[in-house]
Amino acid sequence: MSRNAKINTLLLLLVAALAVIPLALGLGDHKEEPFAGADGEAETAITEIDPDYEPWFSPLYEPPSGEIESALFALQAALGAGVLAYYFGLRRGRRQGEARARGRAVTQDADAEDADAEARTGADGGRD
Amino acid sequence: MHIAEGFLPPAHAVAWGVASAPFVVHGARSLIRDVREHPESTLLLGASGAFTFVLSALKLPSVTGSCSHPTGTGLGAILFRPPVMAVLGTITLLFQALLLAHGGLTTLGANVFSMAIVGPWAGYAVYRLLRRYDVPLMGAVFCGAFVADLSTYCVTSVQLALAFPDPGSGFLGALGKFGSIFAVTQIPLAVSEGLLTVLVMRLLVQSSKGELTRLGVLVTSAAGGKQAESAEAVTR
Repeated sequence: MSRNAKINTLLLLLVAALAVIPLALGLGDHKEEPFAGADGEAETAITEIDPDYEPWFSPLYEPPSGEIESALFALQAALGAGVLAYYFGLRRGRRQGEARARGRAVTQDADAEDADAEARTGADGGRD
Repeated sequence: MHIAEGFLPPAHAVAWGVASAPFVVHGARSLIRDVREHPESTLLLGASGAFTFVLSALKLPSVTGSCSHPTGTGLGAILFRPPVMAVLGTITLLFQALLLAHGGLTTLGANVFSMAIVGPWAGYAVYRLLRRYDVPLMGAVFCGAFVADLSTYCVTSVQLALAFPDPGSGFLGALGKFGSIFAVTQIPLAVSEGLLTVLVMRLLVQSSKGELTRLGVLVTSAAGGKQAESAEAVTR
């Protein structure tokens, strides 16, 4: 593995560790509902501060179940990941194509130079 | 995590909407101008928006025992400047409000203000400041993304504390309460976002040198040489 790839893997491992550590240490155990969303907790806090508050608008569309909701979240992540992957794939392909074209150009240039040199020596030879 | 639908009183909802609108309009204008002048950067713009899409879909556990998600706005702010992120962030928030019942239309203004305006500007400011003092690129990118993420949720806490001051301890009491829910939860997630942003920036440095140079993220070797020379002159 190249040094670059090692650093990139290390970055991903760190992110994974940051996500796993709270779960592994059971940091949500003191809660009634461990690892619930912070937005839900904020809603609870609002009703604690102002018990009379009623949300005055409800979402136009609400996923009918937790499963559908997580499917839509996965869709969101997949869309984003797809575009990112397309970008990096395209760049990589372009770079490889350019490198190949350059390689070809160099050999062609070399051929052309050889031909030039031959022509020149030929001409010189003619003059001599 | 955004403020849920209907959880801001109408006056607050309208006020944040009014505050956000000019930023989004200005952002849309500069986005259109960018795309017209540099059609070749459309793809990278899309990738920056995609990064926000992925990161704000990832609900991650945190040390507080609750879950929240990063914002992904730091990357685009560093690459394309914050106004562009006002638009890309708003698109992400709209998607979540309309399809996922996450965030909401009445709270869109407030959520746009925190995630698509303050976050990108704060992150960008930190990034530029660090770069000015010759902090290495990846260090500045990490700090910029970290600040963009964390400041978003500090603003969310302030917004809720303004709308729901604690009857006993007032605004500050409520700020403490909402801060402990949003901002503290967000700290490890902001670290994660910083690391992921560094990862993507490293991949971009490998794959898109030309583009990053045009955007001013990478300095050309000539300018870099000049900088090194002047730095030498200063040390001498």
